[in-house]
Amino acid sequence: MFSLTINGESHSVDAPAEMPLLWVLRDLIGLTGTKFGCGIAQCGACTVHLDGTPVRSCQLPVGSIGARPITTVEGVGASAVGAKVQKAWLELEVVQCGYCQSGQVMSAVALLQTHPKPDDADIDAAMAGNICRCGTYLRIRDAIKHAAEA
Amino acid sequence: MDDLQSEPVVREVAEPEAAVSVRPSPSRRAFLKTSVAVGGALLLGFRIPFAASAAERAQGLFAPNAFIRIDPQGAITLLMPQAEMGQGVYTSIPMILAEELDAKWEQVSIEASPPNDKLYGNPIFQIQVTGNSNSIRAFWTTLRKAGAGARAILIEAAARRWNVEPSSCTAADSEVVHAASGRKLGYGALIGDASSLTPPADPPLKAVADFKIIGKPVKRLDTPDKVNGKALYGIDAMPPGLKFATLAACPVFGGRVGRVDDSKAKQIAGVRQVLLFDDFVAVVGDHMWAAKLGLAALDINWDEGEYAQLSSADIWRQLRTASEKTGVVAKTVGDAAKTLAGGTRIDAAYEMPFLAHATMEPMNCTVHVQQDSCEVWVGTQVQTRAQSVAAKITGLPLEKVKVHFFLLGGGFGRRLEVDYIEKAVKVAQKVDAPVKLVWSREEDVRQDIFRPVYRDVLSATLADGRISGWTHRVTGSAVIARWLPPAFQKGIDIDAIDSAADMPYEIPNLLVDYQRDEPPAVPTGFWRGVGPNNNVFAVESFIDELAKKAGKDPLEFRRGMLGKEPRLLAAMELAASKAGWGSTLPERHGRGIGVQVAFGSFIATVAEVEVGKNGDVRVHRIVCAVDTGIVVNPDTVIAQLQGGLIFGLTAALYGEITIEKGRVQQSNFHDYRMLRIDEVPKIEVHLIQSGEAPGGIGETGTTAAPPAVGNAIFAATGIRLRRLPIDRDVLAGRKTV
Repeated sequence: MFSLTINGESHSVDAPAEMPLLWVLRDLIGLTGTKFGCGIAQCGACTVHLDGTPVRSCQLPVGSIGARPITTVEGVGASAVGAKVQKAWLELEVVQCGYCQSGQVMSAVALLQTHPKPDDADIDAAMAGNICRCGTYLRIRDAIKHAAEA
Repeated sequence: MDDLQSEPVVREVAEPEAAVSVRPSPSRRAFLKTSVAVGGALLLGFRIPFAASAAERAQGLFAPNAFIRIDPQGAITLLMPQAEMGQGVYTSIPMILAEELDAKWEQVSIEASPPNDKLYGNPIFQIQVTGNSNSIRAFWTTLRKAGAGARAILIEAAARRWNVEPSSCTAADSEVVHAASGRKLGYGALIGDASSLTPPADPPLKAVADFKIIGKPVKRLDTPDKVNGKALYGIDAMPPGLKFATLAACPVFGGRVGRVDDSKAKQIAGVRQVLLFDDFVAVVGDHMWAAKLGLAALDINWDEGEYAQLSSADIWRQLRTASEKTGVVAKTVGDAAKTLAGGTRIDAAYEMPFLAHATMEPMNCTVHVQQDSCEVWVGTQVQTRAQSVAAKITGLPLEKVKVHFFLLGGGFGRRLEVDYIEKAVKVAQKVDAPVKLVWSREEDVRQDIFRPVYRDVLSATLADGRISGWTHRVTGSAVIARWLPPAFQKGIDIDAIDSAADMPYEIPNLLVDYQRDEPPAVPTGFWRGVGPNNNVFAVESFIDELAKKAGKDPLEFRRGMLGKEPRLLAAMELAASKAGWGSTLPERHGRGIGVQVAFGSFIATVAEVEVGKNGDVRVHRIVCAVDTGIVVNPDTVIAQLQGGLIFGLTAALYGEITIEKGRVQQSNFHDYRMLRIDEVPKIEVHLIQSGEAPGGIGETGTTAAPPAVGNAIFAATGIRLRRLPIDRDVLAGRKTV
């Protein structure tokens, strides 16, 4: 049994220690906002925050988390930066199919938390791990800048 | 484009019996032309399906047709016949309905339609399908008439109540207004009376100038839940008691499951069942992790079958041989053979690789099979086929198969297939609970239904700086023959020749033929941009080569032969001017142009690239000018172009599936590369105002990017790449073509 703090709430889960957080969130807890895309940390669709740092949950064994708090896309809007990013995403109409956008939003929020005024190079560095097959990258870049201005 | 003379490839299909025919509107001919021009062969028939079920009447809902429901409080629900996969139809279709219904936009909500070809079939395909960039084109008139017909009887109901002439009443914001007396009634208050009225078959439609919603950049209805994790895709279905499964299909095309030792798998905590089928194995567990571990622990002996030694080299050899044979004539003008024999012939051949779709949401489907029912949770581009495949496998009648439709985490043609639904139903038949079958990314890539390989052989002669003769042979798979057999007529795949037979240039002697060649074992299907991807690349690359031979600027050369295509010409001039065509660029930089009439839209694209000495290509800028007729949601059109161009760039710069020992060699995003944010060029999209019927847009950018980039690479280096993806070794001089 593991006790996890997710979006400020405590969850007890019965899972093998090596089970990736992605499947714990989706299949055991029912938080399906975090997406499965590749399973090998290549696409970023499964990005969550662990103690404020963006991590690929498909590679994070649940047994390694301990007491560190987890934030998922369902809870990220509770922070000022999270809400700002979600708003910018809608104002600039970033989203198409939307499947990758949970991960994009989580990566963008993490970027803005450490770099409140990111330049293009900062955005490239923080966001190049998130694939969008619909090709919303131009708007992602603009929306990050828009959120930074807000 | 307005010639209907390519008769052999056009087939009219009778309207379904239960559908209500509507007299052709004045715009019917324009619609016909557009549809034929894009090779959407299965035409037509405007109809407004009427479907007020007894249940809906009992609920007190106003249901004037299949698309509109209004409740007594005035809440409006619009039923979506098409699938939302990112292209924005869950907003643009409601915009069209709400416009003609004069609905208050804020009162509109949407719902996926039930599966029903007669009520919700795509008017071009006649079945419920989201593809060929035709949601708006196909449904444009049907939806307008549905909205206008409902508005007409709401007005009539109010007029009767007030005892005035309907013509003295107007509608706006979900209310009927009698201006002379200042009286108003909301739609909700009128539905009782209106329900007894029959909508007119041919209601008057608004003039374009009166549109209040169409043409405005309306915010998408589906996106708020896509940034907070609430949006549900097929993979998010969680019916109570759900089990999770994953699968491995035989890695060799056409192979079978042989001996399987599942003793280790069954010892893994959470693994419930190991299921063997003819050509795949599935493991069912309490969660995906258990299922994945269980699958990895299986010792599977595959019966690899006859294709165990198949390689890409074999497939190319077969395709190239086939392309030497005369095909079926798709279009002929003048005497191309004689012209080519009498002049200096220029020859070139272009090739396109296999591609996987790689939707971000891997293939998945959730199914619960019980003794007398089957429930399916899925994202699909073919709703009725999803239902019927489940019925077929279970042996249940259609009405016992309930399908819940979800958002699609990308479609791109992959979800026009039902193989993933079929496998999930087979698994569910052996599981005593609902079960969600999810493909790993590796399975998703390797067990795709691939964009076919194509080879295009072109020859031309020049006279007075123009093209005097032209032949184009398209050789490749006939996806249509498998996917929609009735549309495969006289050996012609209408998709495979789309944008080849109807290419836009005025050429006095032309012959386009099609040679069907199916690759051994590898299944082929539709892929975003379909036939035009291949043909526009070949035609626009060859045009560029001919411009060089003619000693003309590529823009000038095209300009001289586009006299019959004023909309395309205007797009080309606009794109060229916005891109600064002709201005000087740094060394190793180049600018290339490509034009296309595809999916009913007229598009010109200028790409600016830089080619490094190491052969690397950096695309710096793309300028695109688009005439797609009346634009429903301009921001969506721009977004589709931006995204479509990036999809096309990914294919041009990286996309290729290769085969060795009967197996796909790629597996995941590390070896099947996608363009990432740090590689994306600046993209400018310029929309041209038009009053013509809407064109298609979802696939156009994908088609547009590769030829413009290829021509820009030539401008930068003098090297002509006739194959995709680009070969960096050739560009670096490490290898010759």
